[in-house]
Amino acid sequence: MTDRSEMFDKLKELIAPFNKKGVELTDATTFAGDLEWDSLTVMDFVAEVEDSFDIVITMNMQAEIENVGQLVDAVLKLTD
Amino acid sequence: MSANWSMRCLNLRIDMTDLFSKFDPLIEQRRALLETGLTDPFNLVMEKVLSPTVAICNGRETILLGTYNYMGMTFDEDVIAAGKQAFDDFGAGTTGSRVLNGTFHPHRDVEAALREFYDMDHAMVFSTGYQANLGIISTIAGKGDYIILDIDSHASIYDGCKMGDAEIVAFRHNDIEALEKRLKRLPAGAGKLVVLEGVYSMLGDVAPLKEMVRISKENGAMVLVDEAHSMGFIGANGRGVAEEQGCIDDVDFIIGTFSKSVGTVGGFCVSNHPKFEILRLVCRPYVFTAALPPSVMASSATSVRKLMHGGNKRAHLWENSKTLHKGLRDLGFQLGTDEPQSAIIAVIMPDLERGAMMWEALLHEGLYVNLARPPATPAGMTLLRCSLCAEHTSEQVQDILGRFERAGKAVGII
Repeated sequence: MTDRSEMFDKLKELIAPFNKKGVELTDATTFAGDLEWDSLTVMDFVAEVEDSFDIVITMNMQAEIENVGQLVDAVLKLTD
Repeated sequence: MSANWSMRCLNLRIDMTDLFSKFDPLIEQRRALLETGLTDPFNLVMEKVLSPTVAICNGRETILLGTYNYMGMTFDEDVIAAGKQAFDDFGAGTTGSRVLNGTFHPHRDVEAALREFYDMDHAMVFSTGYQANLGIISTIAGKGDYIILDIDSHASIYDGCKMGDAEIVAFRHNDIEALEKRLKRLPAGAGKLVVLEGVYSMLGDVAPLKEMVRISKENGAMVLVDEAHSMGFIGANGRGVAEEQGCIDDVDFIIGTFSKSVGTVGGFCVSNHPKFEILRLVCRPYVFTAALPPSVMASSATSVRKLMHGGNKRAHLWENSKTLHKGLRDLGFQLGTDEPQSAIIAVIMPDLERGAMMWEALLHEGLYVNLARPPATPAGMTLLRCSLCAEHTSEQVQDILGRFERAGKAVGII
């Protein structure tokens, strides 16, 4: 299983191109609030994550993921 | 929500916090738009309707270019006569569910008409197209199943997903590869339903159904195609995009509506699935609502059967669509598709404010189009959606282009 901080770093890399304002990323950084992503950006980003890890993040799961920490945990679980 | 909105709401003295507080941003956006003196684009009244293509709005004779009356059946004399006869023979309404006291002869007859029209074994009529999607999708895909849908799907599809308990997987609009990748990542044994639309109504673009249906089948999924905006004029028999692309036999369920080409109201699903009829007992939006009035069913049955022989009208509608598309593009408007793909031509507006100004300028010119804006539209676009009718004359289409030119120049869009 991938180390959590390793996963955090990988996702940080994927977030970077979408992080237009260069917001500093922590577990508590929220996608809608801090990163100010709209639904289109979310869709593009989710597709990036899905393709990078060869997983599917359903819309049901997406509804529960509000911050970076939750995403790290979700992807860890899906790739376990 | 940003602090900005809260501040403005305070200025408005909307200081009461209750369940309606979540609507404050929208209330404020509407207030700001209407304060500029614009006519409310979502509050139009047609005082008289003269024909499928002309109505009186605000006392002014107005060409209708924003209805879904694609085949102009609303004033067809046979369609009206059938409705009047059913009014006399069966009364004004059904006062009951399809599965109890609400199935009259015309309900059975319109289902027979649909089976003839689509050449399929089963047809089930709902009270609206919205309910058809809601009912079929939520009933056939349940807990543990997967629904794979295009991100730009209609609200009724999303609501059907939400009502069922399936896992929802979205893919990028019309992206064949994105669909295939996601299908391959899902558990092999799980139940899968791929939901597609023939024509996507916001931009009027058509789906690559042939490839998508093939890929879905290869990966063990059932396929549902919503052909609401293609029935009656796309495909050799007007059965829709799946017929046109030669893959209709591989589609498990077709969803359609009577409120567009058929010219009445109601929704339906047609299918060849041998167990299809059981849905009448387990599909809640079918069971727990009143059946449509018999007059509507009789008008619909007549209209569906007439649409089977609508070849000439179809040809004229395509001609109208091509003329309007080319004309608008030549005038310098930005359009939703490079080529006309359906009877919908979407004109892309720079923003909501100028979109609303253009909409009003057209209304003053005596032309009604649909103003569409987020969240109904993709990519946050504001659109003026033009939907053509087979009853628009070639002269009307030229007239429409003239009105677009004058309004576009007045508002500074072209």
